[in-house]
Amino acid sequence: MPWKRPLSGLYFSGWSVSRFEVMSGSVEMEVQSDDSPMPAAPKSWMRNAMERSGPFCLPDFDHRPGALHSVLGQIQVQFLFRRNDIGRSKAEVAANFINNRIPGVNVTPHFCKIQDKDEDFYRQFHVVVCGLDSVPARRWMNGMLHSLIEYDDDNTPITGTNIPLVDGGTEGLKGNARVILTGTSACIECTLGLYPPQVTYPLCTIANTPRLPEHCIEYVKIIQWPKENPYQCEIDGDDPAHLCWIHEKSVERASHFGITGVDYKLVQGVVKNIIPAVASTNASIAAVCANEVFKLATGVCKPLNDYVVLNQSDGVYTFAFANEKREDCLVCGRKANILNIKEDAKLEELISKLCQDDGARMKNPGLTTNVNGKQMTLYIATVPSIERQTRPNLKKTLTELGLVNGAEIVVADETSPMSMTFKLNFI
Amino acid sequence: MIKLFSLKQQKKEGEACPKQGTQKKATAAQLRITKDLNELNLPKTCDTEFPDANDLLNFKLIISPDEGFYKGGRFVFSFKVGPNYPHEPPKVKCETSIYHPNIDLEGNVCLNILREDWKPVLTVNSIIYGLQYLFLEPNPEDPLNKEAADVLQNNRRMFEQNVMKAMRGGYVGTQYFERCLK
Repeated sequence: MPWKRPLSGLYFSGWSVSRFEVMSGSVEMEVQSDDSPMPAAPKSWMRNAMERSGPFCLPDFDHRPGALHSVLGQIQVQFLFRRNDIGRSKAEVAANFINNRIPGVNVTPHFCKIQDKDEDFYRQFHVVVCGLDSVPARRWMNGMLHSLIEYDDDNTPITGTNIPLVDGGTEGLKGNARVILTGTSACIECTLGLYPPQVTYPLCTIANTPRLPEHCIEYVKIIQWPKENPYQCEIDGDDPAHLCWIHEKSVERASHFGITGVDYKLVQGVVKNIIPAVASTNASIAAVCANEVFKLATGVCKPLNDYVVLNQSDGVYTFAFANEKREDCLVCGRKANILNIKEDAKLEELISKLCQDDGARMKNPGLTTNVNGKQMTLYIATVPSIERQTRPNLKKTLTELGLVNGAEIVVADETSPMSMTFKLNFI
Repeated sequence: MIKLFSLKQQKKEGEACPKQGTQKKATAAQLRITKDLNELNLPKTCDTEFPDANDLLNFKLIISPDEGFYKGGRFVFSFKVGPNYPHEPPKVKCETSIYHPNIDLEGNVCLNILREDWKPVLTVNSIIYGLQYLFLEPNPEDPLNKEAADVLQNNRRMFEQNVMKAMRGGYVGTQYFERCLK
């Protein structure tokens, strides 16, 4: 077992099969490293990159007409990007750069949304590293990895099906990194309260009594765009023509209300929810993530338990703590209850079983499930228009409804504060 | 310590056996909306319409007020529940053209819990109560339709007549409203 003897020469043999996934924004890359011993290269490469004066003073291309898809405002991107890369996919450029710079590493770029890949894609990785730019994307990845976990009869995760998630995020001078041992430690969903709420303004303020330049931009974005629809499509925050239109109209509105301070950069910031990036914060957080992946992959040391914050806005402060897993978490706290039932049972029999005295003693359960990846409502009695449509399901057998052995059904009932999940076990 | 690599290897060897129960798990939004709808407790003035019973995330709410300015009208709202529910509120639009201080002519609704005061503990039921309240107590202080708000504030009688005119189908000022009386 090479990873138990970190000092032996066999130490890195594991790397030949190690696959990591690194995600940033909507692009992702998989890193596959070859059998080569870990060279000292990354360190010196990092140093070179930091010392180089060039990338830091790349002009801001965002203002050029027809600026590229990838945003050069993000400084960490500028480490890997050069002027002639403009217009190419971020993932491809970054992958090429790393492949060329570090011998033996094989990074495969994927230029698509994380949601475009299916379970089989994610299942092939040993560790997933997220450097995502939004909470929804994190929640999606968190949900995906948790859905891959298979449980044994004692309801404990089968090792090997639980892929650890290393997540890093920054906002200006603040950052955090965490290790989620899926199924064991607190997940993204358990600690959603850690993320600050998105800034929203009351609609009536935006419409009638704007005081801030942001109010004017939001007005154009929410009300004026759908009304006038100048380009016959949704707003594309990467399209300079769209931004120019919003900028022009926002300035008009602002001057009408005697508000100053609407400029192109602010328009961009409001429309695209841009968070400023600071290279040193990103580098620190990336280093923590890389370190954690190294620990997970090699086993030389216990992984972070399970959260570290970094705050550089007033001095430098850092602290690590363990988040507690929420028992009622919608993603990881769900222990599927086993429901033993005959394969040829009808749905109404299943429902009456849920209501039985020796069962879950439910009163008026509503049932949904997923069949072939699509949501399906089995029966909900309390909403008339759903009840009408789903009533025929009651007389159908579970097999006719497309439910297989091991299928999970979601049951909501007034007797429980949350929806419960039941796993069908055909007897 | 997790033995990542040995485990993956084992997994590969074990993959010969057919996969079972690789059914997609319910999302957090699905779990929550199932709960919300199962517990839906509608006043008799409200009704829901699900065009597709398998799609619990898109539906319509019909409010038919039985008192107040809008008595006798029938107003349709569309609900779009996003994948991020309940951490983001559903998107609610009024599909009936309406003369109302807090609903504009595009159907945008100014209700605090639909935007700035939304909290994940709130439910579809809370929004429905909020909307119903808008019909009983139009609020001219935070207007979205400023003309309507001004009329309500300055001449209640006139406002009442304008609402009636709009609900019967016709012009209020230069704006045409479609009939929505039951």
